[in-house]
Amino acid sequence: MSEIAEKVKNIIVEKLGVDASEVTPEASFTNDLGADSLDTVELIMEFEKEFNVSIPDEDAEKISTVGEAIAYIEKQLAS
Amino acid sequence: MKVRRVVVTGIGALTPIGNTAPAYWENLVKGVSGAAPITRFDASKFKTRFACEVKGFDPLDFIEKREVRRMDAFSHYAIASAEEAIKDAGLVPEKLDVDRVGVIWGSGIGGLLSFQEEVRNYVEGGCEPRFSPFFIPKMISDIAAGHISIRYGFRGPNYCTVSACASSTNALIDAFNYIRYGKADVIVAGGSEAAITEAGVGGFNALKALSERNDSPETASRPFDKDRDGFVLGEGAGAIILEDYEHAVKRGAKIYCEMVGGGLSADAYHITAPHPEGLGAAAVMKNALEDAQIPLDAIDYINVHGTSTPLGDIAEIKAIQKVFGEHAYKINISSTKSMTGHLLGAAGAIEAIACILSIVHQTVPPTINHFTDDEEIDPKLNLTFNKAQKREINYALSNTFGFGGHNCSVIFKKFEE
Repeated sequence: MSEIAEKVKNIIVEKLGVDASEVTPEASFTNDLGADSLDTVELIMEFEKEFNVSIPDEDAEKISTVGEAIAYIEKQLAS
Repeated sequence: MKVRRVVVTGIGALTPIGNTAPAYWENLVKGVSGAAPITRFDASKFKTRFACEVKGFDPLDFIEKREVRRMDAFSHYAIASAEEAIKDAGLVPEKLDVDRVGVIWGSGIGGLLSFQEEVRNYVEGGCEPRFSPFFIPKMISDIAAGHISIRYGFRGPNYCTVSACASSTNALIDAFNYIRYGKADVIVAGGSEAAITEAGVGGFNALKALSERNDSPETASRPFDKDRDGFVLGEGAGAIILEDYEHAVKRGAKIYCEMVGGGLSADAYHITAPHPEGLGAAAVMKNALEDAQIPLDAIDYINVHGTSTPLGDIAEIKAIQKVFGEHAYKINISSTKSMTGHLLGAAGAIEAIACILSIVHQTVPPTINHFTDDEEIDPKLNLTFNKAQKREINYALSNTFGFGGHNCSVIFKKFEE
């Protein structure tokens, strides 16, 4: 797993209080990990802070799984 | 309108001297002080460096991890004490008409630490407008009532009462009235506070409200002592299950005592200082007695507001003498804040519990830390100094007064069929 993926996973474990084993790339924040709309806002903010990127609302709305978050951040950091 | 009887069927307390109602009562009777140096933050630069903190409390014992993060400590405390009271009362949500079960919960300040930390993050982050989505729902004072209702599914009246240090007494009075007038059958009433933070201690220090007796924290809260120098900040929660008498009987609940009256008044005098003659304090006790429809000589015990401030203690004593006259000498008076410190918005709830248990055990908890008489206080009054006293208690009254001049009194009565 990439360093970015590892960090993303840790943030999710910490913020949502879930087991690391549940945080698979396919896991949906709301459907699988029990997040509500407030949790997802907080997660996006944490990603922004951790990776020093800016995630506009229209992009944030499209990030609904762990894998999508990792891919988005990797792309931002690569560009 | 038929006025119904209201009884107490459950209690829960999370206090600086005990994390359950029985532990709290045991230490009240023993005369244990909850004061110690502040551990929550580095208080070395503060004028007051001690407080009455809740000890050995882990919110994870009551609330799941992800929820703990979404709440301020005042909500953790609320849930812990409400859980104890609900279990104590034997309330099972599935067996209740939950539309008739409410939660009325006071907090003087709400999530002060959450507010302080979010603003700190904002400033330290270069004033970029980035705030946690949980900032507001952690901070707002009403959220504890919301959390309790969400947890148990209670869909009756639900809100927060805010009147500074009278907040949870207001909650009790509102709950009492809703049940009395048939608007609800059961209400989880009480309050919680968690203000031992830099902003809380610094703010009260600036008001010159806190004791600065840093060399002897455990003797700092000394209501009615000549050398008292301010209150000691406390924290915690108290929960009381108030219930329609018939409803309680029908489900076979144990009954601690009856709630028979509540009084309300304002000083209309100053934002923080009490009226020097105790005008509002006298009025509120009279109002409570009238509401209970009992003669003044029925009162056996008064748990006073008695915060250990120079002005407040005198004003309250004047008020008691004004209202009760000669009977004042026959009443046991005590300030349990000498042990717990001042729990602000939760004070009314835990002091009501002290009254309830004083009736159950026929014992008056003491005013500890009495060393020197104050010549401004009539020596013929029984302030229950230093040791608990056994006596017959049929009626107990609890006073709470809040900044802003809000006054509340409640009266509990020994239960008889």
